[in-house]
Amino acid sequence: MEPVRIDARGLHYTPLNQQIRRAVSEGATEISVDNVLGQRFIADGLKGEVTIRINGVPGGDLGMFMNGPTCIVKGNCDHAPGNTMDNGKIVIHGSAGDAVAHSMRGGKVFVRDDIGYRGGIHMKEYGEEHKPILVVGDNACSFLGEYMAGGIIIVLSKSGNTFGGRGVGSGIHGGEIILRGKLKERQLGVGARITEFTEEDLEKINPYIEEFCEYFEIDPEKYLDTKYTKVVASSSRPFAGKYVWE
Amino acid sequence: MCGIIGVIDRQKQKMNGSGIKEALSLMNERGSGEGAGYAAYGIYPDFEDCYALHIFFDNLVEPKSKVDDIIQKWGRVVHQEEIPTKEQTNLKRSHVPWRYFFKPYTDLMTGSLTPGEDIVKRLVMEINSSTIEGALVFSSGKNMGVFKAAGWPEDVANFYKIEEYEGYIWLAHNRYPTNTPGWWGGAHPFNLLDWSVVHNGEITSYGTNQRYVESNGYQCTMYTDTEVVAYLFDLLGRHHKLPSEIIVKAMAPPFWDEIDEMEEKERELNKAIRLTYGPALMNGPFAIVVATHDGIVGFTDRIKLRPLVVGEHGSRLYISSEEAAIRTMDPQVEDIHMPGAGEPVIGRVVT
Repeated sequence: MEPVRIDARGLHYTPLNQQIRRAVSEGATEISVDNVLGQRFIADGLKGEVTIRINGVPGGDLGMFMNGPTCIVKGNCDHAPGNTMDNGKIVIHGSAGDAVAHSMRGGKVFVRDDIGYRGGIHMKEYGEEHKPILVVGDNACSFLGEYMAGGIIIVLSKSGNTFGGRGVGSGIHGGEIILRGKLKERQLGVGARITEFTEEDLEKINPYIEEFCEYFEIDPEKYLDTKYTKVVASSSRPFAGKYVWE
Repeated sequence: MCGIIGVIDRQKQKMNGSGIKEALSLMNERGSGEGAGYAAYGIYPDFEDCYALHIFFDNLVEPKSKVDDIIQKWGRVVHQEEIPTKEQTNLKRSHVPWRYFFKPYTDLMTGSLTPGEDIVKRLVMEINSSTIEGALVFSSGKNMGVFKAAGWPEDVANFYKIEEYEGYIWLAHNRYPTNTPGWWGGAHPFNLLDWSVVHNGEITSYGTNQRYVESNGYQCTMYTDTEVVAYLFDLLGRHHKLPSEIIVKAMAPPFWDEIDEMEEKERELNKAIRLTYGPALMNGPFAIVVATHDGIVGFTDRIKLRPLVVGEHGSRLYISSEEAAIRTMDPQVEDIHMPGAGEPVIGRVVT
């Protein structure tokens, strides 16, 4: 089927999503949406093998509950792209707002530049299929991986400024936060601890770094070493006894 | 959840209200149709030396004659008229918006360095604190005005014919009331004298902040938390003469463990501000833009629980909840970025 083009200028998100869903149900595998400006909820709950190219600045919750599609954004994103996403990919050629990959439970989100506060909040994993990945090219802000329960967050700090925020992994009880460079103890949130980043860890994140670099045409070589800090939960149950007394 | 946007042209080139109306309407999802409003600076050049008192009257009989009596004791009304409006299908006219252009008799306020402002502040507090039933002053600055009502952004803008006003600073707000009812007086912007405030979020420290401003002669009467921000700015900015950077440091200060890590001089300054202005510290989630005739300042709470995006283009500085709203006003906007938690973003008029 021919690629489908949709002009989103002045269009509310409801008719826009209806057009996207109609195209997908008719078998489209390539959809371009032009002149996007502030429309929320694009591709939410969408299933299928389709690539959606979003040209412009979409509103919040892009790809929420999405299961399968790939969204490629040429522009910045607002809050929470990949919110509770099940499967699929979001590739952002720009920066994104707060709570990127909020509660994400599968699939991958790649952000070329920066993300706002609380990236990967409530990310979780289960079973073999559901292991969400968030890769950030440049920097993230405070409370990264807040209440995180699974998956991997990787921050590459490509401009050379290492993470300067606070509260990394506040309330974390699962998953891994991997930051380029060093992190101070006082930057950790409650329940989080720093652990050594090993060759095995590098092997594990290697494919995600390579995939990230391929999307944004960056040489992966300089990121394939062990100069990272890994943050995990301080124990298997860091908050046992906080709300209940045994 | 609310939507806010502010813009300043630092060379004082004027913009009409059509752009900010479009930008605010783009964020309709952030509101509930129960409150929207606009503030504009530089709109009354013919009366630039007068305080423009914008008042909601329940009717033009008793409340208005009482207001006429009290303000004419304290000064001279140079001109007065009903604020021009156009009926909108989806907007219920709950009040009659009226404006006075007022010159206070400054010799009546003894012992004050800013007698004009103190007379106007006194009148605003007296009229609003229910001594006059059915009248509410919602704007009281010079050469500026607030226009607000309970409705959607475009309906409120069309009601007040906002496109016909030309200002070099604009603020706009789309309300989603959560803790208090939506009503005309509860819509933003909130204003006192030269200060106008738009706010997304809630101020959980409201009780502490309210007691602090009330012990300094202000009265909170609007059933919502935002008005306290306008009074804090008036107290710290006009009375205590603190610059915007320091006011923001008082309201959204760094954490003590961050202060401990600072160089000595900065540490002492930050400690002094926290100790002196403890009751001005605001907790809870918020993103705020404040305007005066010479600039705007935007900032968020210190753990960044509400969004704020900044963009620049030439002499214009934009501060908003969403990048898309800024791009609606100015598709050529450059240098879009998100300021850090508690970090003030300041745009000043270049003179």
